[in-house]
Amino acid sequence: MTKRILASGNEAIALAAIDAGVRLGTGYPGTPSSEILEEFAAHGGDAEWAPNEKVALEVAIGAAFARARALVTMKHVGLNVAADPLFTIAYAGTPGGLVIVSADDPGMASSQNEQDNRRYAIAAGVPMLEPADSQQAYDFTRRAFELAEQFRCPVLLRLTTRVCHSKCALTTRPPVTAPAIRYERDCKANVMIPAYARIAHRKLRARLHELQQLNEQGEFIRELPGDSELGIIASGISIQHAHDAAPQASFLELGMTYPLPLERMRKFAAGVKRCVVVEEGDPVLLEAALAAGIPVTGKAEMYRFGELSVGRVRRLLANETTPEPAPPAGKPPQLCLGCPHRKSYEALRELGCIVAGDIGCYTLGVLPPFEAVDSCVCMGASITTGLGLRRVLPEAEARRVVSVIGDSTFWHTGINGIVEMLYNRPATGHLVVVLDNSITAMTGMQENPSTGRDLKHRPAPALSIEDTVRAMGVDCVEVIDSTQEYEKFVELIRRQLGTNETTVVIARRPCILGMAKLKAREGSKA
Amino acid sequence: MKTVNITVAGLGGQGVLKVTDILAEVLFRAGYDVKKSEVHGMSQRGGSVSSEVRFGEKVYSPMVPEGESDYLVVLDPTQVEVNAGKLREGGVLIAPADVPLDRLSNPRTANMMFLGALSRLLPIPEEAFREVIHEQLPPRVHEVNDEAFRLGRG
Repeated sequence: MTKRILASGNEAIALAAIDAGVRLGTGYPGTPSSEILEEFAAHGGDAEWAPNEKVALEVAIGAAFARARALVTMKHVGLNVAADPLFTIAYAGTPGGLVIVSADDPGMASSQNEQDNRRYAIAAGVPMLEPADSQQAYDFTRRAFELAEQFRCPVLLRLTTRVCHSKCALTTRPPVTAPAIRYERDCKANVMIPAYARIAHRKLRARLHELQQLNEQGEFIRELPGDSELGIIASGISIQHAHDAAPQASFLELGMTYPLPLERMRKFAAGVKRCVVVEEGDPVLLEAALAAGIPVTGKAEMYRFGELSVGRVRRLLANETTPEPAPPAGKPPQLCLGCPHRKSYEALRELGCIVAGDIGCYTLGVLPPFEAVDSCVCMGASITTGLGLRRVLPEAEARRVVSVIGDSTFWHTGINGIVEMLYNRPATGHLVVVLDNSITAMTGMQENPSTGRDLKHRPAPALSIEDTVRAMGVDCVEVIDSTQEYEKFVELIRRQLGTNETTVVIARRPCILGMAKLKAREGSKA
Repeated sequence: MKTVNITVAGLGGQGVLKVTDILAEVLFRAGYDVKKSEVHGMSQRGGSVSSEVRFGEKVYSPMVPEGESDYLVVLDPTQVEVNAGKLREGGVLIAPADVPLDRLSNPRTANMMFLGALSRLLPIPEEAFREVIHEQLPPRVHEVNDEAFRLGRG
């Protein structure tokens, strides 16, 4: 029942979820987290792509109310979307194990910011486990479900790009049978009205105190005595870099980074001449240690930016602050040749539009040769920021504003922008172009509510973007292939920019990579 | 044993990650501690891609320290110069000019030719590579990829 394989951190979490008896996996695709649910499903788990991370977390909370073990996965910025349920379920807790994976992207390999989600554990008051490799990803995931049930609180599992996507040896353990599904009414625990939430908040703080005691006992700590000249406190992938950078040092490796084992850290720091906190991103461990009066030092500000590496940790430990050598300028990513978005951008550029953009492959329209995207903030923001521009710009400029959004992003949070467009309608109306390539392309060709297939690519109900926006009351709704009917597309956009109507143009043509994948799947079935 | 560092680089779509996937699995089965690193998502779209494999008795960081690659395999001529700094002094570069690309019957199997060329320099029998190639690629392309691997191995 055990096996030893080479696995990525994402695969390790999926296998752990299977072995922990997880009943439901839900999430929204986002690099570097996307493979977790795909692998979980491939190994027989029941998994779904939710329209967004808030929905995913709430569905999981419902499952966990019935004592099911539930796994929720998302990238770091996804947790911003899911923050609303997170902060309150931290109070209420669930009887079933609820584990939330936040996959952070320091260095922004494929993200719009490099926020450090360790801050969420502190802000929401939920325990956080941070694996440093695939073995820990597996072990911590399994343990996270037990802790979540024992303490009746969600557990955040924080990964970073290099833990998600690096492969290393993994030994699995025999599976367990998860607790049986059973729903029990418990209004006081599950209904967060002020009177009950006040009690729940006190319970939450008491629970964190207990979790800190548990962490002090050392289950998630690895202490490796070495040279007493230098002690390193680290967590996650930074542990690995630090071992290569300073093999002689003493190490205190932390697996649970909230609540912190401050007394163990204090004792460790006292036993070495110089104690350095090595951490990627924000100085989270450092600030906590210093606030507790533990004599440690951190890194120069320059190492807050980007990923750490062996070379950077060597520099950081040497207090080196001279400019770092620039990384080699490779070829930047670009829209594929044959990408259906190319013609759409060509048209918007030709028409001199102010383009409020969104998150997906199509954000690459900002790069040459198109340079056709004016802004990009977060999922769904194209429609709403476009509306803000329309509301304040002088008429002639307001008429040039177009919002572009992908099909998956439309369902994620774009649809809320359509509500805003119709309810708080700008005087010049507005024009939204849905760049519908019929797949969630950037994150690796995942399905979404309008592809007609579920996470496992089996037939599923296909929601219609055009029917939805028509039913909502959009004045003009057109579906067109901007590659095949380029002139017609240009004319349509030009005409609608001249009216005061609300318009949704769906530029529909499948992603060429998605089509190839679809064909390969169908071929392998045949 | 000192950790051995291998970097494979190229452009999105050339099969860089397939090379390191196979390589890592072969080394893992040979009993080494192995780590493999790669990046997905936006940076992959037609742009520069690189992936790293480290093996030895005990490997810590999954990323090869800058300028410490023992082997650097570059699948695209435009990417040789930008990646050259990753090679240590005295390290081995395998570039497009070093393999008989003109002898490929299918240009999409070029990545296996590079893997073949690299395989000759590693302490692993040829058969171990073939076994993993067959496991990781669909049966209908085994023959053409075996051929590319053999040509690369020379």
